[in-house]
Amino acid sequence: MDLIAEALTFKPDDEYHLNDVSFEMQKNKLYTLLGRTLSGKTTLLKTIAGLITPDEGRLLFDGKDFGKVPVWNRNVAMVYQQFINYPHLKVFDNVAFSLRQRRLDEKVVFERVSSALELVGLNGFANRKIQALSGGQQQRVALARSLAKESAILLLDEPLVNLDYKLREQLREEFRNIFSSRVTSDSILVYSSTDPVEAMELGGEIIVLDEAKVLQQGPAQVIFENPTNTRVAEISNDPAMNLLKGNIGDGKIQLGSEMTLNLPNHFDKLSPGDYILGLRASNMVLQENGISFKVELSEISGSETYLHVACGEQNLVGLLDVVHNFKKGETVSLSLDVSKLYAFDLTGILVASPFEGDRP
Amino acid sequence: MSKFYLFVKYGFIILWTIFVIAPFLWALSTSFKDFQSVTSGATYIPWLQFEPTLEGWRVLLKSPANGGVDIVEPYINSILVTCSASLISIILGTLSAYALSRFTFRAGFIRNNDITFFFISQRIMPPVVLSIPFFIMLGFLGLLDTLIGLIMVYIVLLMPIAVWIMVDFFNKVPREIDETALIDGCNPYVAFIKVVLPNSIPGMIVAGMFCLIFGWTDFFFAFILTFTEVQLLPVRIVALNSSITPWWSLSASALISVAPLVVVAFVVERFLSKGNLSGALK
Repeated sequence: MDLIAEALTFKPDDEYHLNDVSFEMQKNKLYTLLGRTLSGKTTLLKTIAGLITPDEGRLLFDGKDFGKVPVWNRNVAMVYQQFINYPHLKVFDNVAFSLRQRRLDEKVVFERVSSALELVGLNGFANRKIQALSGGQQQRVALARSLAKESAILLLDEPLVNLDYKLREQLREEFRNIFSSRVTSDSILVYSSTDPVEAMELGGEIIVLDEAKVLQQGPAQVIFENPTNTRVAEISNDPAMNLLKGNIGDGKIQLGSEMTLNLPNHFDKLSPGDYILGLRASNMVLQENGISFKVELSEISGSETYLHVACGEQNLVGLLDVVHNFKKGETVSLSLDVSKLYAFDLTGILVASPFEGDRP
Repeated sequence: MSKFYLFVKYGFIILWTIFVIAPFLWALSTSFKDFQSVTSGATYIPWLQFEPTLEGWRVLLKSPANGGVDIVEPYINSILVTCSASLISIILGTLSAYALSRFTFRAGFIRNNDITFFFISQRIMPPVVLSIPFFIMLGFLGLLDTLIGLIMVYIVLLMPIAVWIMVDFFNKVPREIDETALIDGCNPYVAFIKVVLPNSIPGMIVAGMFCLIFGWTDFFFAFILTFTEVQLLPVRIVALNSSITPWWSLSASALISVAPLVVVAFVVERFLSKGNLSGALK
């Protein structure tokens, strides 16, 4: 029961919506499509669902060509970013819709709908009208509808993005529990997200999409430790990984004209020359006698502070573990953790990572 | 400040209400007058200012042989023509609007928007321009002065309204709802019947109301395309006017002809205020 995509290409107008997308998905697993808006996540999900017919390439499910199966005969379920339910039906009938469509026995329908509603915490809402529910509840109904179907493939297209912050956190937690109880039921779960934190939290495999192309596929940990190129490093980190042009030589790293850093051990094998250096925002800490930077902008977020500092002509973003409102133009002293530095060659390919041992 | 605002607001509402209702009341009072009362200056209140009589209403029900102007037959004709034309327009209009909203058509340089415009363009031309071709076509088909012919012409006139309203309506309904129905195992036809149709009832009611109003009040085509066999209400009412204008029966028939639209308006208003129409779909 594998889902295999072979060179899917979809180009409805001048731009690619899918460009040579290939991947393999296995049952009992969770896959997260990670990419920024317009990277092709929704298009890919709709292609799997059968709502979009790709111009080229094939989708194979269970060894059979999926392209010949119309949407309504594919055993898939989908939850949209918008809260999509049938507005004319009550909660129970919404969840029961696909089951009744398959003409299941009304007893079975009742059992499945009840357990699905229980799973998403909507017990006792069965007879409510959809419009009488809040956004979060509506999205739970949509989730229950897709869970009750017990389909072979479950697609979730940024299901939490339109919810407010608190609800999002809460639902994300619940989703993880629901998924872990569901993933044993022989289905492929595909989740799309723009949020790297969400993707990492969900675990499972991550497929990084950018500009309609697959950049990297692998377990969350691999994506985190060894992003194969600068674009993946930017997409899979929030805030995006800092990328700085620098020169390696004479046992040190030269950043701009005035800044030098010690050469970490894992850079030893690199030949001298120009590189793009990557550093996560969280690998910068306030330290006296560190390197001096000029503050460009500082934003407090919860118990942390995003600090934008000038580094020559380039910009660095740090995620500091303190709450402090730095003033623009102020000088701060920071220490950069060189042992966590990434090095990419000038075309953007990863050449050295702090997690050497796990390199694929 | 807020008191002044309230004063102005209700002042306007009261003025407008008087403006709207006064003609009705005037017609009502006139319908109970006879020749004497109409010609003897402006009077408004029955019994006090003039002696009411039911003659104006009685004439409407009498057959022409008895000196009346039988209004029952054209009334039934009007109901038949308006309702069937509206119903067919709504059905065809909803189907074509759904297609125009959801599918992409390409024929040479023609796109969906051009097709929608083609429908609406039927209403851009002044009716006079359409009347001659309609007359010739109906004459060729032998449908002049028949109910069927009138219904066909009214469908041409009413369907653009239905298409226009419904395209707009469907464009506001998230496409994802249809897609979800497909994913949930409906083929496109079942999805349309089970999901799209129940959710488009609000739009269809609004479109239906417009069709009824436009169809019911049309005089021009009813006048041009019929002679003696079939007559519609507006034509019959105007035909009342002879050497002496019978203001009393004219007023009575005008009130009767407005009555169905008032009923429609109240029914639709009920629907609207129940919240079944607005806000059903985000």
